[in-house]
Amino acid sequence: MAHFEKAKSLHDWLNQRLAVDAVRRVMATEYWIPKNINFLWAMGMILAVTFGLLLVSGIFLLMYYQPNVATAFDSVNYTIMKEVEFGWLWRHIHGVAASVVFLIIYIHMFTGIYYGSYKKGREMIWISGMLLFVTFSAEAFSGYMLPWGQMSYWAGMVITNLFAGGSLHADGLVEWIRGDYVPAQAFLNRFFMLHVLLLPLAILALIGLHFAALRIPHVNNQDGEEIDFEAEAAKYKAGDKAGSKVIAFANDFMSKDMMVVGIYLVFFFYLVFYHYGFAMDPVNFDPADGLKTPAHIYPEWYFLWSYEILRPFPTDPGLIAFGFAQVIFFLLPFLDRSPNAVPASRRGLFNVWFWVMLVDMIVLTAMGKLPPEGIFSTIGLVAAITFIVLWILLPFITKKEKEL
Amino acid sequence: MKDSSRRGFMGKAFGAVAGVGAVASLYAMKKSWDPLPSVKAAGFTTLDMSAYKENELVTEKWRGKPIFVLKYTADMLAKLTEQQKARSIMINGEGYLVNLGLCTHLGCIPSYNPDDKSFLCACHGGTYDYTGDVTKAPPPRGLDIPPFKVEGNTLVLGEEGPEYKNMKANGVTL
Repeated sequence: MAHFEKAKSLHDWLNQRLAVDAVRRVMATEYWIPKNINFLWAMGMILAVTFGLLLVSGIFLLMYYQPNVATAFDSVNYTIMKEVEFGWLWRHIHGVAASVVFLIIYIHMFTGIYYGSYKKGREMIWISGMLLFVTFSAEAFSGYMLPWGQMSYWAGMVITNLFAGGSLHADGLVEWIRGDYVPAQAFLNRFFMLHVLLLPLAILALIGLHFAALRIPHVNNQDGEEIDFEAEAAKYKAGDKAGSKVIAFANDFMSKDMMVVGIYLVFFFYLVFYHYGFAMDPVNFDPADGLKTPAHIYPEWYFLWSYEILRPFPTDPGLIAFGFAQVIFFLLPFLDRSPNAVPASRRGLFNVWFWVMLVDMIVLTAMGKLPPEGIFSTIGLVAAITFIVLWILLPFITKKEKEL
Repeated sequence: MKDSSRRGFMGKAFGAVAGVGAVASLYAMKKSWDPLPSVKAAGFTTLDMSAYKENELVTEKWRGKPIFVLKYTADMLAKLTEQQKARSIMINGEGYLVNLGLCTHLGCIPSYNPDDKSFLCACHGGTYDYTGDVTKAPPPRGLDIPPFKVEGNTLVLGEEGPEYKNMKANGVTL
């Protein structure tokens, strides 16, 4: 057994057993952050805080929610909303956070793309982030099922039907996923399990991986400058805090992160208290009915762009385009052939690519919400093709880019 | 040397046991997600075909899914093409559409317009004629026909009769 001395204090007692000082150094006081980063780098902290809000509000909803096809709808819309004191608060926090978390994820992603933060040794940060995005999508979808309203039921029907693989007619697979011929009790129970246990566990593990992936290559900065972290950290520790290009994560850098989080929370709770309706689909306030389809079936706003890539094509090409849209972002670090990890504004054609991609995804989002008729379906088709063409062009554009 | 080969053997033996265990648990996990026997047993529905009125769509329920039943008028019956005839079910000289009421594109429920005698799926704009045959994409094929068996004046859904097997063999339905 290791040697232990009589502890001089509680801190010393813990330090001998848990190495609290060493952990604090590694995680906070000697975790180095570049100084030249703007508020967009605070999105990670905002996401962590929002995930915390989702977890806490979810635990409170879980105390009264009933995963049964006969009682689920009322347990949400009557028990939680009307009977449970402050039940409405947990539901609105959960609903708004589930929607806003995707807005922040998209800002986080596009910040990474704009500043080239996925390149040069930072590929794992990007890949683990994309895995988080996909897991969050599954988490959002499984949660959307739980109130067992009309949109829940039909979203479940349509999304599980995608697994039939178009002309492959893998109906057995679809029935296996549902545990029934249609979304029913078995389906609700297993999506409940996925939403409250398996997927959150996966998310927690992936957040760990995402943070670990950051530790060695360190966070990128606004100018794409390659910083010698050890030399700069030594300068900082020697007392030259002004001259060093880095700053300790805690408590120094955290104060800036927390200020951005503070501003975000004002906006967040403004939505929770005054505009929670945007995160709730009116159709989902009708109980699920397997014999009646709503006139228009559309996903939540954050899935609209990929839904619109599926929609304008016939079934099989649509599914292929949809699959393409789901995986292509993972390959970004390998499709971008340029060695420059600098802001897009200094990268010539890539700058054009970035803004066209951003605008194209906004157009896809808007068209995904509108009914697929006339001019809207034409715009949707053009935008979907543009999306695919942009990704095909990316390696060629970036290959030609001059080294900075 | 002797020691390391012993360890190697222990390693391989453990690997084999763990491999069998892993495959067995994956099998158990797969089977746990299969539909329950009670779900499968409830998969039969009997319809009394004499109760339906001409050109009036009735939605029945089978395996939780909507089933469209439409009795043709004499006029509709007379106008059937060969392809449409193959999709129709004849009972005592009367013609019927009996189809799964889910769009073959992504599973929405189309609505029937008795005036122009066609189905429209509002989700993505697919249309079907009164025999459930697709007339406008995106649906890749006509409405599916559930497994059925004709027994006198009744129809049993969930059981494959000779007429259904025939339809399947001819590629009329999946």
